[in-house]
Parts: sequence; structure tokens; C-alpha cells
Amino acid sequence: MSILRYILRRMLLTIPLLLGITLIAFAISHAVPADPVAANLSQSAMSDPTIVAAFRAEWGLDRPVHEQYLTYMGNLLQGNLGRSIKSRRPVLDDLRQYLPATIELATAATLVGTSIGLLFGIISAVRRNSLLDFGVRTLSLVGVSLPVFWLALIALQVLYARLGWFPGPGRLEVGMEPPPRLTGLLTVDSLAAGDWNALRSAVSHLMLPSLVLGSFTAGLVTRVTRSALLEVLGLEYIRTAYAKGLVERVVILRHALRNALIPVITVIGFSYGNLLAGTVLTETIFAWPGIGWYAYRASTSLDFPAIMGVSMLIALIFIITNLIVDILYFVLDPRLRVA
Amino acid sequence: MSATSTTTPQPLALTAARPARKRMQTIMRFLRANPLVVIGLVIVLAWIVISLLAPLLAPYGPLQQRVVNRLKPPSAVNWFGTDQLGRDIFSRVLYGGRISLPAGLLVVLGAGVIGVLLGALAGMIGGWFDEIVMRVTEVFMAFPTIILAMAVAAALGPSLFNAVLAMVVVWWPTYARMMRGLVLSVKSELYVEAARVVGVPPWRILWRTVLPNCMAPLVVLGTIDLGSAILVFAGLSFLGLGSDPATPEWGRMVSDGVQFFDQWWVAAFPGLAICTLVIAFNFIGDGIRDALDPRLRKGL
Repeated sequence: MSILRYILRRMLLTIPLLLGITLIAFAISHAVPADPVAANLSQSAMSDPTIVAAFRAEWGLDRPVHEQYLTYMGNLLQGNLGRSIKSRRPVLDDLRQYLPATIELATAATLVGTSIGLLFGIISAVRRNSLLDFGVRTLSLVGVSLPVFWLALIALQVLYARLGWFPGPGRLEVGMEPPPRLTGLLTVDSLAAGDWNALRSAVSHLMLPSLVLGSFTAGLVTRVTRSALLEVLGLEYIRTAYAKGLVERVVILRHALRNALIPVITVIGFSYGNLLAGTVLTETIFAWPGIGWYAYRASTSLDFPAIMGVSMLIALIFIITNLIVDILYFVLDPRLRVA
Repeated sequence: MSATSTTTPQPLALTAARPARKRMQTIMRFLRANPLVVIGLVIVLAWIVISLLAPLLAPYGPLQQRVVNRLKPPSAVNWFGTDQLGRDIFSRVLYGGRISLPAGLLVVLGAGVIGVLLGALAGMIGGWFDEIVMRVTEVFMAFPTIILAMAVAAALGPSLFNAVLAMVVVWWPTYARMMRGLVLSVKSELYVEAARVVGVPPWRILWRTVLPNCMAPLVVLGTIDLGSAILVFAGLSFLGLGSDPATPEWGRMVSDGVQFFDQWWVAAFPGLAICTLVIAFNFIGDGIRDALDPRLRKGL
């Protein structure tokens, strides 16, 4: 029961947060010198005053700013995020179309990064201060320092173009028919349709981008796992576990790692939100039709309904991830349930 | 006062009051125990020197075009090859530090000043002001850094200055929250209470008593932050939201390489430059963090 009440309270607390987010997104897209008219109309259309006026009227640009905000909020409460200036479709439809690709990529990257990070972190902590430990620590620092857009490009040049180990950009083989859309996640959809060729293609296309995107997560998780594990390994119940004759593998995995997981989970949750943002840089390179690519296109064309939609969506996902992380604390740490 | 009083490296923050010779010894001991910090310092210093001396070191001008010589692979004449306009990539990479280093520094300084100011006020005044500042930082932090910076930079129009400005807008909440926490802990110290009792006005307490005692952790956070500031700045440039296309900026140069996929050297070398600088800052920051974290020190 206390978990349910806790979740409810946390969800209520996100409402003012979301309101603040709409306000900031709106302020950024309006209280600035850039002119959305100039960004969206062609040179010839700009010189025609009736077209310009019609454009302003269509997007409410001729009304005072606070009215524009209230209009936006009114629509928002009815589930209407407005219409994208660029694609001329409802923003919600756009988001629905582009989000699954990003979710699929970010989730795969988190899985890859977390597995590598946990493995490296454990090795590093168990063989503390060895040459191996030093190597892993250096590698993890390098992992969080690489510019992801550069890594993506180099990975494509070497692993795809030169060595041919991985398929190229895109989510499927060129010309391949995507499985019927159920969730928008190609792996899930192709599995549901029993389309093994599509599944193989989708998974193989996911591998390289998720390796690239997951490198940051891997570095982060390695470092946190190592330090959390080291802290736990110095405690008395670990000595007890060794003393009663348990083998090292059991002590590390069942006794130490479980108790070291909380900071690791925090970091994974944090990096998932960052991955969604990091996709802005990778999606353009991997021709991945996701939300990062959409956000980039929206902000360069000053498509403010789209900018606000993307910002709010990503912020919302960020908040939900944090909520999930907090709930996981409850599950993992019995002490919290009492308090 | 003997030179070998301790074997563990002392936190840098505590050394301020010691005599200079002793402090030097402590720093040397810290550096000996942390080879990665030394490597980081050397790389950063090297980049600073390269940036300052770029006009002397670069074999060609960073904007000098020779279109007949375009997209040439690395050779004895053009060490890093040439780009799509026949510009020497080696020269452009050397000049790149002149943009990335100051940009990262400006972002951290700008965000630091704003954050420290708001955080200090929130901590000192407390009450509703504190509440508002903290809620505002939460809202800003719910936006992923690069998306918000991208929106701001796009709205302001692409330029180097606007990219830095956009990042400051996104960057300050971390400093505000940290400063607030520091002020709250320092505020309850006896010496602050003593100052208040003898009638020192609040702004003077803030400026002369509280602020100096919060500086060390802030400087550390700033150092650690420099690497990621440079990284995000390069990302914005890569997206075309920073400098204009001609400027020798590393992120921008990598984005040139996207169009010239088969000419790997166009993107590879500017990207390596970003890597070395960011890795160097992270080596330094990591070493300092380890030295300051008493739990880690005990564990090692």
C-alpha cells in the first residue's frame, strides 16, 4: 500500500514540473529574435504580404504572447499538441511516428552499455589496483569522453564500409518491407508477425548504433559499479560470507553486487534520459528516423509546436524514468519499505 | 611539520592554509599517486600552448583554400590531409583549440556565476525564494541538456556566442543546487553565527564569510565540468548551431566529414582533437574527485 501512495504522490508532484516545462519551452520558442515566418516560408512567399499574414493568423502569431500560451495550454489539456509548421501534420501524430525508433535504439543501447559496464565494473573491483583494473578504468574514462557523433561516423567508416562486419545506416535492409505496425518497434513487430527475415535485419541494424550510443552508458556504469562494489566489499558481512567458505563467485554476485546495485540503477536511469537526447547526434548519421532527428529538424526550421512537443515528451520520459528508478529502490532495498 | 607526516594524498582543498613548501609536497605526492592526472595536465597544457602559438605552428592558414588540392589523403605535405575546399586539416585542427577551450571555459564560468548567485541567495534567504529557485532548477534539469541547448541556439540564431549562451542557460542549475547546499551547510557553522552576533550585515556575511568557504568544491566541479562542456559545445557545432561553416571549429569539421564519407581523414582528426582534450579534462577531474572522496580513499 505504501508503494502505491508513494507513486501517487510522486505523480502529483510531476504536474507543476510539467507546467514549468511547457512554460520554458514556450518562452524559448517565443521570447527570441528569430522569426518563424522567415524560417518557414520561401523567399517568394515572404514577399507576398497576404501569404505572410495568413501564415501569422494560422499559427496565432498575430496575437499577444500570453494568449498564444493560453491557447496552447487549452489545446494541450485536450490532448492537442498543435500542428507542426514543417510537416503540416498534428505534432502528436509526428511524435507517435518517430518515437518508437528512438525508444528501440535507446533501450538497445542501454542494454548493451549496462551489460558491458556491469561486467567491466565487477572485474575492475575484484581485481582492484591490478593492471587490468587500471586498463578498465582508463577505458571507461575514454568511453565517457568520446564525442558520440564522431564515434558513430568512425564506426560506420571502419566497421561497415571497410570491414563489412555490420550493416549500414537505416533500420532495415534497403527495400525491405517493414512488418505490419503494431508498436513501431521493428524487433517486436517482426517477432509478432513471425517475420524472421525482418527480425534478423532489424536486430543487425540495431547493433552498431546501440554499441556506439551505449559506449557512454558503459563507461558510466563501469565506474559506478566499481566504486559501489568496492565500498560494499569492505564491509563485514562480506568477510563473514568468505569466512563461512562461500566461493568468490557467489560472494561477489549474490552478496556484494545486490547491495551495490542502487547507485548503479540511478546511473542507468539517468543515462537513459541522456541517451534519448544523445540520439539527436547519432540519428542523423545512422539515418535513423527517430525523435532526435525530428527534434533537430524542428529546431533548425523554428517549428515551435514541434519543438515544444519534443521537449515536453523527452522531459516527460525523463521524469517517468526517474519515477521508475525510485520505485526500483523500493523493490531492491527492503529498508526503504519500512521508512 | 615533518615532510612525511602522512602517506595518503591530502585533499587539495585543505592545503590552502599550509605553508607553500608543504603544499607543493602534497601536490607532488598527489600527482605521483595519480599518473592519469599528470597525463591529463600535460595534454591540456599542450593544447593551451598549441592554441596560443597556432599561427606560428600551423604550416598553412586555417582558411587558406586550394581547390585543386581538395580531399587529399594525409601526406608529408598535408599531415592530416585536406578537406573539400583544399584547406589543410592539420592547420585547422591546431586552430580549433582557440574556439573550444574558451567556449568551454565561458560556459562553465557563466553558468558558475549565475548558479552561485542564485544558489547563494536561495540558501541565505530561504523560504519562498529558495522554494522557487529550486523548483525552477528542477524544471531546467528535466530537459536533456542538448535538446534544450539546441532549441535555444536555434531560436537565437546560429553563432558561436549564441551557442555558448544557450549552454549557459542549460548549465547553471547544477551550480545553483550545489551552491545552495554548500551555503546551507556553511551557514550553520559557528563562525557564521559569530559574525551575525557581532552585527555584520547579511550581504557582507555572504560575501566575506560564506562565499570563500564554498569556493573549493565549486572549483572542483568546474574542472570536472569543463570536459563535458567542450563535448556538448562540439555537439552543437556538429549540428550546425555554433560557428559559421568556414570557422575552424572541431565539431563543425567533423560534420564536414559526414558528406565525405570515403575520405575518413576529414572527420577523424578533428574528432581525435576533441577526444584528447575531453579525455584530458576527465583524467584530471577524476583524479581530483578520488582525492576528495574520503570513502574512495579508504577503499584504495
